[in-house]
Amino acid sequence: MLRKFRIVAAAMCFTLITLLFLDFTGATHAWLGWLAKIQFLPAILALNVGVVLFLVVATLLFGRLYCSVICPLGVMQDIFSHFANKRKKNRFNYSPAKSWLRYGVLLVFIATMVAGFGAIALLIAPYSAYGRIAQNLLSPIWKWGNNLLALIAERIDSYAFYSTEVWIGSWATFAVAAATLIVVGYLAWRSGRTYCNNICPVGTVLGVLSRFSLFKPVINTDKCIDCKRCGRNCKASCIDVENHAIDYSRCVVCFDCIESCSKGAIKYTLRTKSSKSKVEASADNSRKNFLVGTALLATSAVKAQEMKVDGGYATIIDKQIPNRKTPLTPPGSCNSRNMAAHCTGCQLCVAACPNQVLRPSTNLQTFMQPTMSYEKGYCRPECNRCSQVCPTGAIKPISVAEKSSTRIGHAVWVRKNCIVITDEVECGNCEHHCPSNAITMVPLDKENRRSRMIPTINKHRCIGCGACENLCPARPFSAIYVKGFSEHRTL
Amino acid sequence: MDKKKNNNIGRGEFLARLGAGSALTVAALTGCKPTNLKFDPYNVDDDDVPTDKMTYRTNPNTEDKVSILGYGCMRWPMRKGENGRDELDQEKINELVDYAVAHGVNYFDTSPVYCQGNSERATGIALSRIPRDKYFIATKMSNFSNYTRENSILMYNRSFELLQVDTIDYYLLHNIGSDIKSFENRFIDNGILDFLIEERKKGKIRNLGWSFHGSKEVFDHILAYHEKVHWDFIQIQMNYSDWQNARGRNVNAEYLYAELEKRNIPVVIMEPLLGGRLSNVPNHISARLQEQEPERSVASWAFRFVGSYPGVLTALSGMTYEEHLQDNIRTYAPLIELTQEQKQFLFETAELMLQYPTIPCNDCKYCMPCPYGLDIPAILLHYNKCVNEGNISRSSQDENFRKARRAFLVGYDRAVEKERQADRCVGCKQCNEHCPQRIDIPRQMRRIDKYIDELRKSREY
Repeated sequence: MLRKFRIVAAAMCFTLITLLFLDFTGATHAWLGWLAKIQFLPAILALNVGVVLFLVVATLLFGRLYCSVICPLGVMQDIFSHFANKRKKNRFNYSPAKSWLRYGVLLVFIATMVAGFGAIALLIAPYSAYGRIAQNLLSPIWKWGNNLLALIAERIDSYAFYSTEVWIGSWATFAVAAATLIVVGYLAWRSGRTYCNNICPVGTVLGVLSRFSLFKPVINTDKCIDCKRCGRNCKASCIDVENHAIDYSRCVVCFDCIESCSKGAIKYTLRTKSSKSKVEASADNSRKNFLVGTALLATSAVKAQEMKVDGGYATIIDKQIPNRKTPLTPPGSCNSRNMAAHCTGCQLCVAACPNQVLRPSTNLQTFMQPTMSYEKGYCRPECNRCSQVCPTGAIKPISVAEKSSTRIGHAVWVRKNCIVITDEVECGNCEHHCPSNAITMVPLDKENRRSRMIPTINKHRCIGCGACENLCPARPFSAIYVKGFSEHRTL
Repeated sequence: MDKKKNNNIGRGEFLARLGAGSALTVAALTGCKPTNLKFDPYNVDDDDVPTDKMTYRTNPNTEDKVSILGYGCMRWPMRKGENGRDELDQEKINELVDYAVAHGVNYFDTSPVYCQGNSERATGIALSRIPRDKYFIATKMSNFSNYTRENSILMYNRSFELLQVDTIDYYLLHNIGSDIKSFENRFIDNGILDFLIEERKKGKIRNLGWSFHGSKEVFDHILAYHEKVHWDFIQIQMNYSDWQNARGRNVNAEYLYAELEKRNIPVVIMEPLLGGRLSNVPNHISARLQEQEPERSVASWAFRFVGSYPGVLTALSGMTYEEHLQDNIRTYAPLIELTQEQKQFLFETAELMLQYPTIPCNDCKYCMPCPYGLDIPAILLHYNKCVNEGNISRSSQDENFRKARRAFLVGYDRAVEKERQADRCVGCKQCNEHCPQRIDIPRQMRRIDKYIDELRKSREY
C-alpha cells in the first residue's frame, strides 16, 4: 500500500517536472514551476528557508522520501532499475556503506562551490543533471513529435499546433547530459541507487538526517526467517539481513522490502530502539567522460546575377556568434557573481526561452550556466519567462516593467560591417526596432544632411535586448552588437 | 480557391479528426467500405471539360485564330530538385501543355525572366513536342537590368534558341509605362525598337507589341508611336476590379481598352484574375457570386468579364494546376458573354471587395529575389489571406482577437521562414521599381512588421 502510494506520487512528480522542461509554449510554467523550486539544492542556493526547512523536517520525520518521490534523477534511476528487474529478479545484495567516498565527494563538492568553481561541481547535482538530460535529450524528441503534429495541422488548416525549431544550444552540455544518462543509467541498471548513495551530495546530506528519522522500516526479528528476500530487493543495498540491520542513511524509503517480505516482518513504524550499521570501506570509483562536440557551420556565398530574373531567394548566410568579452546574462540575474553563486545549470531557463536567446555556456568558469546571444532571436521586451521558472534565484523574478529598464549591456556599432557603408544602401533597421529608442540615425557625411544615414547609440538608454543585433542585415557578423555588463544597471 | 474551409479547428477537434483519419485508414486497409452511399462517388468528376468548344478570336493583322484562353507561363509548377532547390517540374509542365492543346488552347506567353529565368526553356521543351502550326508563342524583350544593344539582341536571339522556333508569333516590349525615360533608354536610344521593326519585316516576328503597367501619360505617349510603328497588339492589365477602380498607380482598364478599341488594336489581357485575388475572396463575396450560378466557379466570372469585350484577343492565365486549367477551359468552351446587368453586378462586387484592405500583390515575383533575403510575396499573400479570413484585428478589444492573433502568427511562421519575414526589411527600396502594381513594398513591410510586433507583445492597442 505504502509502496503503491510512493510509486504514484513519484510518477506524478516525475511526469510533471519533465513536462515543465519539455513545454516550450510556456503554458504550464505557472502551474508547474513549484516542482523545480522544491528541489533541495536549488532551494539552498535560492536561500529558500521555507522549502529547506520543510525538506529537513520531512526527512527527519519520514526518511529520504525526497529521494524516492521528489528528485527526478532518483525516480529516473528507479525506472531503469524497474526494467532491469524484469530481466532478473532479486538481483541486489547488501553492501556496506562507502562512507569515505560519500563524505569525501560531499566535502569536495562544497569546497568547489565555495571556491567559485561551482560549475564543475554541479555536474553531479541530481536535479540539474536530470534537467540537462530532459532539455538536451528528451526535448528534441518532444519537439519533433510536436512538429509532426504541426505538419498535419497545417495540412488541415488548423492552428492548434505550431512547429518549433529543434536546436541544441551547446554540444558540450549535450555531451555532459548524454554522459550523465549513460553513467547514471548504467549504475541504476546494474545495482539500483548506487549513484544516490555514493556520489550524490544531496543524498549524502539527507542521509545524515534520515539516520535519525522518526519513522523508518524496522525488521521484526521474531518474524524474520532470514530468507534474505528483502535484502535482495533493496535497490539501496542497505539491508544487512544477517544482522537484521538497515542502514538508514542509505534507505530511500521505497517500501520495496515491506512488499517483498512474505512474513510481514518489516514494518514502517516509529523507531523504538536504535539500530547500528557497520561501515566498511572499499574502493569503487566512477568517472565521467566528457565529450566535446564541435558544430560545423556551413555557409555559402551569394552569387551575383547577370540578368535580373523574377522569383527565387537570395541565399541567407547564417549569423555567427560574436566573441563577447563579458558574457550576457539575462535580466534578473543582477550580476555575474549572483549567477555563478546560484545557478545549478539545470537548463530550465534555456528550455523556457521562447526566443532561442538563452543557451548553456561553454566557458569553463560558467560551464552549463545560461548565457545569451542574439543570432537566432532577441530578448523580447514582453517576455520574462526565464526569471519566472528559475528555481535557484540565479535569475530573480523580474516584472516586464522592471525588465524594460534593466541594462544588461549596450550596443556597439561596427562600421566595417554596416550595409550603409558596404552595400551603399539606406537601412536603419536597428533604429526601427530599438524598443528603448536608444538609436538615432545621423547622416554619414556630416556636411550633407541628405546623405545616407548611419546609427548612433545613446549608451545610457540602451538595455542590451539585442533587437538591433538580431535584425541587422549584415551577415555573418552583425554591424551592431551588444557588449555585456558584468553588473546589470538600471535605466 | 479551395482555401475557404473552416479554419477554427480547436485542439480537441484536431485530435478527434486525427483519430478519425487513422480510423479511416484502418478501414481502408482492412477493406471495409463505407455503406449508405447514395451515388457513385467514382464518377462525378471532370467529364464536362469539352475538347472542341473553345472560343477563338481572330487577329485582324495576321488572321491568326487565337484561343480566348491564353496560357501564362509565369507560374509553372515547381518541385524540389536533387540539390534541394526548387526547380521547374518539366514532366508536369509537359502534361499541362498537352492537356491545354488537346482542349483547344493555342496561345502561350512567356518571358526570359519568368520563373527565375527558366520559363522559356521549359516552355520550349514542352511545345517542341507539338506541331508548330498548332500554337502561337509570345515572348518579350525583358532588358531591365542591362539594356545595352548587345545584351538586348543577345536576349532576343536566345529566345528563339530556348523556345526552339524560327519565328516568334507575338513579341512584346516587356513591362513599359512607368516613365518615358526608361522606355527611351531600353528601346529608343539603343535602337532596339528599330531593330525589332526590321525583324518584323523579315518575318522573324509576326506581331510586335508591348505590355503595359504604369501611368496614363506614358501610355498615351507610347501609343502615339502607333502611327509610325503600327503596334500589332498591346497587353494590358484588365479585370472587373481594375475597370473603374484601378489601385495604386494603375490606370483604369476602361480607359486603356477604349483607347485601343478606338485604334482597332487587338488587346491581350493579363491579370484577369489578379493573381488569384479575384478567386480567393472572402466567404460572402464567394457566396454572392455563386448564388448567381452555383455550378460556376468564382474565377469564371473574372474570365467571362474580360472575354465579353470583343477587342480582346486572348486572356492570359498562369495556370499552375490542372484544376485551374480545367476550370478555365469550362468557362471559355464556349464563352458565354456577360450581359450588361451581369457586368454591373461585378462592378458592385468589386466595390464590396475594396472594403477589404488587402494589398494588391498578384504574386508575380518581379520583386524577387530581395537582396536581403525577404520573401516579399509570401509576406503580402499571408497578410491578404488573413484580411480575407477576418483574422486581422483592428484592436485588441476585437471580439475574436485571441483567435485572430494565433491564426496570424502561427500561419505567418508557416508561410514565411523566420529569416525572411518583414522585420528583416532594411528599407533599401530596390524592390519598388520592379513592382508592376506600384506597391510601396518597404512601407508595407514596416506596417506588417509593426502589426506583428503588436500581436507578439499581445499588448492593448
